[in-house]
Amino acid sequence: MYRYDQYDQALVDERVAQFSDQVARWKSGELTDDEFRPLRLQNGLYIQRHAPMFRIAVPYGMLASNQLRCLAQLGRQYDRGYGHFTTRHNMQFNWPAIEDVPAMLAELAKVQMHAIQTSGNCIRNITTDQFAGVAADEILDPRPLCEIMRQWSTFHPEFAFLPRKFKIAVNGAKEDRALTWFHDIGLHIVKTDDGLTGFRVIVGGGLGRTPIKGEVLREFLPWQDILTYCEAIIRVYNRYGRRDNAYKARIKILVQALGVEEFGRQVEAEWTHLKGGPATITQAEYDRVAAFFAPPAYATLPAIDEAFVQQQAESVPFARWVERNVRPHRVPGYASVTLSLKKPGTAPGDVTSDQMDAAAELADRYSFGELRVTHEQNLVLADVEQRQLFALWQEAKAAGFATPNIGLLTDMIVCPGGDFCDLANARSIPVANAVQARFDDLDYLWDIGDIELNFSGCMNSCGHHHVGNIGILGVDKGNEEWYQITVGGEQGNDAQLGKVIGPSFAAADVPDVIEKIVRFYIAQRQDDERFIDTFRRLGIDAFKVAVYGDKARLKAA
Amino acid sequence: MTTIIKNRQAVADDFSTVTLAEGETAETVALPAGPLLVPIAVWQARKTELQSRGTPVGVWLAAGEGPEAIAGDLATLPVVGVHFPKFVDGRGYSTARLLRERYSYCGEIRALGDVLHDQLFLMARCGFDAFALKEGKDIAKAVAAFETFRNPYQAAVDQPQPLFRRRAA
Repeated sequence: MYRYDQYDQALVDERVAQFSDQVARWKSGELTDDEFRPLRLQNGLYIQRHAPMFRIAVPYGMLASNQLRCLAQLGRQYDRGYGHFTTRHNMQFNWPAIEDVPAMLAELAKVQMHAIQTSGNCIRNITTDQFAGVAADEILDPRPLCEIMRQWSTFHPEFAFLPRKFKIAVNGAKEDRALTWFHDIGLHIVKTDDGLTGFRVIVGGGLGRTPIKGEVLREFLPWQDILTYCEAIIRVYNRYGRRDNAYKARIKILVQALGVEEFGRQVEAEWTHLKGGPATITQAEYDRVAAFFAPPAYATLPAIDEAFVQQQAESVPFARWVERNVRPHRVPGYASVTLSLKKPGTAPGDVTSDQMDAAAELADRYSFGELRVTHEQNLVLADVEQRQLFALWQEAKAAGFATPNIGLLTDMIVCPGGDFCDLANARSIPVANAVQARFDDLDYLWDIGDIELNFSGCMNSCGHHHVGNIGILGVDKGNEEWYQITVGGEQGNDAQLGKVIGPSFAAADVPDVIEKIVRFYIAQRQDDERFIDTFRRLGIDAFKVAVYGDKARLKAA
Repeated sequence: MTTIIKNRQAVADDFSTVTLAEGETAETVALPAGPLLVPIAVWQARKTELQSRGTPVGVWLAAGEGPEAIAGDLATLPVVGVHFPKFVDGRGYSTARLLRERYSYCGEIRALGDVLHDQLFLMARCGFDAFALKEGKDIAKAVAAFETFRNPYQAAVDQPQPLFRRRAA
């Protein structure tokens, strides 16, 4: 993975000094709360329900074992011994004191980490596919270009005070694993018939209050031009995006207002002035950065390890774990392993400091000392030898990482919700745990098969509920927590927004409703149909009837 | 006489900034003696009068106004002001870059309005070279902000080569 040189290191060190000075000036009253607020947000520091929340960047999801150990130590020293991985690869601590944050940043800087632009109305952490560099369907490893874009976006002088936050996702494989259709800018790496490499540029997607699928702005942009082209897009947005209403300030609203053709015309007009300028990426810079992501020193191994096959035959639990949590690798004899942070009864995405140390240890021993954070809030060991999987599984089990539920109903994406977040309308973790408890029978869970359940505690949609096959959204009705259910959402190449199934439910009813939906699917499915396939065949009305019975039938008639 | 930051130092400044209050019109607003910064409307309505005063006249742009509106006059303007109604309104950063990079404007670009210590570094990168700091803020302390980062990554007005091109050299 990328390692800082003296320039990168100087920038994060200078950031620590800058933020320490800002905190001191805020404490002395030189900076008002309003003046300090955007500054602390651009360092990932929120003032939350119980305490500040501090969000640390994990650029495009890559973590070295020593960085994860640093996070573990911060969790012990400044928090309550745990942290939370978000849907944008970042780590959040929920209990630090503001006064400690400069010291935490200084510790992070020592392991080449920071909290730069993890919040605020600026360009946020760039996210990508957790299987970058190892996926069989990859066109090009997106990480070198993600790193080049990370550097470009870090302290970008023109775009520090945009109308609203700005999120970019890059996918380099045939299958979209980075939710690119729902970002402010989504990028697909593509190759033309002539062998040119570049991006399909998607703009104006987003979840939140006004979920909109992005639109293609350009079918092909040479990779060398990505920085100047993004500058053109963001300059148009910075100048003309709405600033009168925070709920209408994302770029998607501007794109909708102008229409993608007119927006594209303005971007192209701006770009004619920037195209070919000094920010055009050079081959030398690409090569310099790409060298950091060169394949590790893989062993030469047979494509199928005999002992590994035998172990699966002998142990059903191991075979189940392999089926759900292990993915084929492009190098013979290797596999990628997802460590589940979705053990029923725990807060999805939460990880204790001891677990962080354990995961770092596993990475060192089994996967070249590196991990990835997924947007589904799990960890990945990308490069594990097949012949080591059994030993790894036993250790992962001991550390609480081996729940064989990746892609199953209990592997839900869940935001921290009303237990922590100031924005939330409703709690998400206890309700998610109640749903997990309802589906605790592994055989049943397996019978249900592939299904994505996403849960957000409010319409800001941090839990990506709009693109869950089943989505749960916390809503506030007369100061009470209610939950609205959507069905049919999907991420990936055919990304779709889910449809609201009907009036919302009380917390206690949510497990019943989910069970009704799931039972209906099982009754209706044909052959190996996945949940989403059955939904597509039957449509939302059939599911409405399944949940609301005759009331829905009368309405539909 | 007020104090502004210019070329990274506190200096005395005798420009008056003209604003149109409720009920005032560009045609009739009273113009004080001495150097002036006027809104676009006043400039457009009274260009001849302003140019015959014999004292410097600049134009200031409101947050929603781009340099396009004064592009033809830039060569005659010693100062262009860019107003920040709130420091979190970042439109002025694009305005300054366009003035420097698109219109090759070489005169003074002055940040006006809600101009604070922690934005100076970014503003300077975008081409601002004068800053009327918000009243009550510590100018002596604020000038240190220009040194916040020694080698930023991006190409901008102050450093037209991105770090990756300088790194290689």
